[in-house]
Amino acid sequence: MLHAHLVVDRGRFTLDLPLDVAAGEVVALLGPNGAGKTTALRALAGLVALSGGTIELDGTQIARPGGGLPPERRRVGVVFQDYLLFPHLSALENVAFGPRSTGSSRHHARVMAAAWLDRMGLADVALQRPGGLSGGQAQRVALARALVTSPRLLLLDEPLAALDAGTRLAVRADLRRHLGAYDGATVLVTHDPLDAMVLADRIVVIEAGKMVQDGPPSEIVRRPRTEYVARLAGLNLYRGVASEGFVSLADGGELTVEERMTGDVFVAFPPSAVAVHRQHPEGSPRNVWKVTVAGVEAHGDLMRVEFHGTPPVAAEVTPAAAAELELMPGQTAWVAVKATETHAYPA
Amino acid sequence: MTQPSQQQYRRPPAILLLPAVIGTAYLFFPLVGLVVRSPWGTLWQRLTEPGALTALWLSLITATITTAVCLILGVPVAFVLARTRFFGQRFVRALVTLPLVLPPVVGGVALFTAFGRTGVIGVWLDRWFGIELPFTTTAVVMSQTFVALPFLVIAVEGALRSADTRFEEAAATLGASRWTAFRRITLPLVGPGVAAGSVLCWARALGEFGATITFAGNLPGTTQTMPIAVYITLQNDPNGAILLSLILVAVSILVLVSLRGRWIGTG
Repeated sequence: MLHAHLVVDRGRFTLDLPLDVAAGEVVALLGPNGAGKTTALRALAGLVALSGGTIELDGTQIARPGGGLPPERRRVGVVFQDYLLFPHLSALENVAFGPRSTGSSRHHARVMAAAWLDRMGLADVALQRPGGLSGGQAQRVALARALVTSPRLLLLDEPLAALDAGTRLAVRADLRRHLGAYDGATVLVTHDPLDAMVLADRIVVIEAGKMVQDGPPSEIVRRPRTEYVARLAGLNLYRGVASEGFVSLADGGELTVEERMTGDVFVAFPPSAVAVHRQHPEGSPRNVWKVTVAGVEAHGDLMRVEFHGTPPVAAEVTPAAAAELELMPGQTAWVAVKATETHAYPA
Repeated sequence: MTQPSQQQYRRPPAILLLPAVIGTAYLFFPLVGLVVRSPWGTLWQRLTEPGALTALWLSLITATITTAVCLILGVPVAFVLARTRFFGQRFVRALVTLPLVLPPVVGGVALFTAFGRTGVIGVWLDRWFGIELPFTTTAVVMSQTFVALPFLVIAVEGALRSADTRFEEAAATLGASRWTAFRRITLPLVGPGVAAGSVLCWARALGEFGATITFAGNLPGTTQTMPIAVYITLQNDPNGAILLSLILVAVSILVLVSLRGRWIGTG
């Protein structure tokens, strides 16, 4: 469906991203701010010129370096970050704008727009201007406006970022339903891992303009390949060289793991697998090392504690335990991780 | 509790109050002078003299035509200046704003050298089409356009610069051509700026004197606009000039006030 290799020279960095999306598939571009996600989206929409690569949609080349179709002829629908609903037009006229611009009669455009608003549960706000819509309503109007021209590719730029936490949950679920019903290819840009997990069939992680990981959400979460993804997934992540169940880590330290592997590996384990002690613990855990507290913050009902050490590590403890262990910055402690709780995989 | 403190902050610093009062008074007293010194006794008789109303009518008509011409020419100029980069853009921008600092009479002389019977362009207009522009109503509109166009361009360019171009991108992704996006999105978004520019433009055209009398002359009924009528009348009938001035002031205030509320939305 979508077959693209996006190369855009941004001066600061170069976006160089191969991207294939099947019909009906939702792919999330996940990455930190400034990674090039929005640039990728703008290149797909035709709002930024390619400096290399190509974009093919439905077997037709729509962009190449120094050329390609202008945005208005690409059959690409875009939901912009803050929706960009035309402030001087009603919700209905916003949605009717696309069909009207592509040659439908005024009447037909309005009928199509009304049908889409109805489908989005927005019939009763059809005559409101964007200023009078709630965040969730504006998002659905934007989605209807993008889909009414039946594009072959749908692009969503941080579709939930403009919403407050309360409405986000409902709108996210709603968006997921609508994306499920859409038969074209969807590319979604977000810096929120939860949005990516819930909405996407596949996640492409980009950092500094390059793809660093590509896979289904469960895989990304279970087997992160960069610090950024590990932090998003809430995992401790290390890279090192394995031999006979030992991994000597690239940045110092050593871990015992379950998997018998050799060569370059990643080792990951969740903070909940880390036990914290005041004294060197007795007993079976193989991985025990001395650390100092770097910082403590609330994380849901638990406290998340970052430790300096070799290697550095994050742990999750109950507030009661944090108090009992006197986990203040600078305090020394011992951490223990069972080999069975770690997960090693080839780098 | 918060109400009094907000009031406190709204009060201007005392040191600004005196100049503010003097400034307002300075603009106000000449109007008072006009009202006080008007020959009210002969008002009706003078109003019904054909000359006065003819000049007023010509002024209103030409200023309105000038505004239309400025919209048709000025909005595209503003768009090109605001949204594109080209070689010599700074020169073009300086050129567009030049009539603001030029004495209008110099503008009139310049128009003569370009469009006069022997002017750079005028000579060809005369030879090929037999068109003579000077001392016609067209020349009045041309003179007014020369001095009023910059007001419109500057207002609209400012509005275009502060407008969010991403709305045009959104329009493009929805299949709108550039022209459609301009017509249906950009223009409505900068509507207040265009309206404000039009009002300024119309007001400037209505008051235009120097370029008009130089290039279009003083032919009653054809090129004698209200300001010229005031000036000519002043030579031998000061009372008449005062009355004409008062009429012009009244019409200007009437038009500006009625437009302010409706178009600019700040009334």
